[in-house]
Amino acid sequence: MKNKKLSRRQILKLSAGTVAATGLGLYAPAVISSDPITLRYLGTAVSMGDEVQKKLFEDTGLKVKFIAVTTDEVTKRVLTQPNSFDIVDTEYFSLPKLVPSGNILGMDTKRIKEWDNVTSIFTKGMTPEGKKVGLQGTAPSKVMYLEGSTGKKFAGDVTQYATLIPTIYNADTLGIRPDLIGRPINSWAELLNPEFKGKAATLNIPSIGIMDAAMVVEAMGEYKYPDKGNMTKSEIDLTMKIFTEAKKSGQFRAFWTDFNESVNLMASGETVIQSMWSPAITAVKAQGKECIYQPLKEGYRAWAAGFALPKTTKGKTADAVYDFVNWYLSGWVGAYLNRQGYYSAVLPTAKQYMSEDEWGFWMEGKAAKGDILSPTGDKLASAGEIRDGGSYEDRMGGVACWNATMDENKYMVRKWNEMVAA
Amino acid sequence: MQVSLGKIKPHVGWLALPFALIFFVYFILPLVLTIVVSFWDYTDYAIIPDFIFDNYIYIFDGCLSNEEGLCLTFKTYISTFFFCFFTWLITLALGFCVAYFLAFYVNSIPLQVCLFLVCTIPFWTSNVIRMVSWIPLLGRNGLVNEFFLSLGIIDQPIEWLLYSSFSVVLALVHLYTLFMIVPIFNSMIRIDRSIVEAAYDAGASHRQIIFNIIIPLSKTGIIIGSIFVVTVVMGDFLTIGIMGGQQLASVGKIINTEMNYLQFPGAAANAVILLIITIFIIYVMTKFIDIRKEL
Repeated sequence: MKNKKLSRRQILKLSAGTVAATGLGLYAPAVISSDPITLRYLGTAVSMGDEVQKKLFEDTGLKVKFIAVTTDEVTKRVLTQPNSFDIVDTEYFSLPKLVPSGNILGMDTKRIKEWDNVTSIFTKGMTPEGKKVGLQGTAPSKVMYLEGSTGKKFAGDVTQYATLIPTIYNADTLGIRPDLIGRPINSWAELLNPEFKGKAATLNIPSIGIMDAAMVVEAMGEYKYPDKGNMTKSEIDLTMKIFTEAKKSGQFRAFWTDFNESVNLMASGETVIQSMWSPAITAVKAQGKECIYQPLKEGYRAWAAGFALPKTTKGKTADAVYDFVNWYLSGWVGAYLNRQGYYSAVLPTAKQYMSEDEWGFWMEGKAAKGDILSPTGDKLASAGEIRDGGSYEDRMGGVACWNATMDENKYMVRKWNEMVAA
Repeated sequence: MQVSLGKIKPHVGWLALPFALIFFVYFILPLVLTIVVSFWDYTDYAIIPDFIFDNYIYIFDGCLSNEEGLCLTFKTYISTFFFCFFTWLITLALGFCVAYFLAFYVNSIPLQVCLFLVCTIPFWTSNVIRMVSWIPLLGRNGLVNEFFLSLGIIDQPIEWLLYSSFSVVLALVHLYTLFMIVPIFNSMIRIDRSIVEAAYDAGASHRQIIFNIIIPLSKTGIIIGSIFVVTVVMGDFLTIGIMGGQQLASVGKIINTEMNYLQFPGAAANAVILLIITIFIIYVMTKFIDIRKEL
């Protein structure tokens, strides 16, 4: 039996993959391209809808063959079959596993046209207005550079070679059902509040779950971690002990492993407060239920993804990869991502493709003047509404930690399993 | 028509070749690889050919001292055995009754075939859908709770209907009862009716007929069905995960998590242990009957 997981990165995959495959087939003969190159794109597909592929072909004549898999599977593929794709879209927290293998090359930032405009969150670890971002965990700015194009080690300083060219990122927090809670929520500590006994949930994906757990433990005032994203064994023990006790006392209705499970739990009212990802909130709202992506005073847990070049991609194909990445950062895709509630890496170019009202709602925390639509035309907010968490500065500036791969990863996974078995 | 065995013997071996090949490629080879890898070393990003017992030692780490209660592995196996045993017991009881009804109370063969097909209807959808469809029924605001609430039988929704051992066993029974029905029905249908009639004529009670004739003669089906159910449930992590709200332990889930974190040698070692235990259970079951002889 295969476990088919649907993560946030895959929500669009099914539609995107199949529709795009047929769509491109029909589309291709209409345009005469002198030298059509098809890039094999390995990734989780969060950002590659049908429209993106069409637009790409229109603008550049490039085609993309999509290999859509889960985040874990992306890592496995890079390590075990690096010649099965030309470009990979992966998360920063996978880098401590990928880079030492030598299977990905540093990308030459001199060939990236908009490199100087990539948001300073990635390059300097601060927001465009200069607010310092929390750097606990595998923060992108810590693993951004390689010493050379073939380095197996992260560079301490800024170099010419980037591990990943950032594409998409977001700040995650707890989702709540305000109609069923009936009072303001402002701290991660509320996840373990006995008031929500049997109505809370977290996720059964250890590397992300432990970060949420750490946010809760710190919010409760039990312990202050030097680095939540790289705990020592005793810190892991402490964190898991608190969560094991909560689990034993019946605090959690369930743990979830895939996107749909999290939506079902929340929409059915089985849970009223839980770890959640932003598109899941939209899905609950689409069922007519109130649901808020609640900003919390301790801050957000962030994640980020980007493009990398496998060591087997060379010559013309490598040139095409750079063309593709440059096109990706040139604005159209950025607007497409921002409209889904994610963030794009190069903000100024994306702004050109968004209306003033859209930019105000998604990026500046202003009240919408008219209906706010998703790229597929679904209504996400009506006039007067404000985005949960507000502006880009407030949300990204409030990041406390990043998804991470810990040095004690093996121990952490074991302790997590022990909690599940308790 | 009698053909001398000696004459055809050299060709008979070739007939087994296709199956032997499939067996080798899809069973022996992966199994050998799994066993080999279970002795390898690994890091976050690589598996290293080696011959170490660390993966096995790690699995049983803390199991001998019992300082902090039961170790992870023992707890997980106890939980898995628990689901396995109850699922087996209930599917056996249900499967036996359904098969008995089909074989002895339905006399027309078309109707038998028809009812048999009815049993397979749940299998027309994927097992994930079959599982998930329980959720709106059993949830806190689900149909069952709403029904009881409206009748005034309860004044608080029953929480243990969903995301509990109860819902796990319920879903497993729902998924796997057919695996019991088919083999048991298959053996029952072959029981010579005249034996039953003779017993009846000799004054045997209904109960005596079932316990002294039907059960012994359908033992093969019972054992085969039991092997299906036990092996499937021992390795299950999807049902236990979804119906247990991911809060109940299963060996399959541990292997799944290790695979996701690229800990292949650790996962392989766990898989080998699971295999040994499952084979042992099957071995014990087949002690009750010589399946080859009965078939």
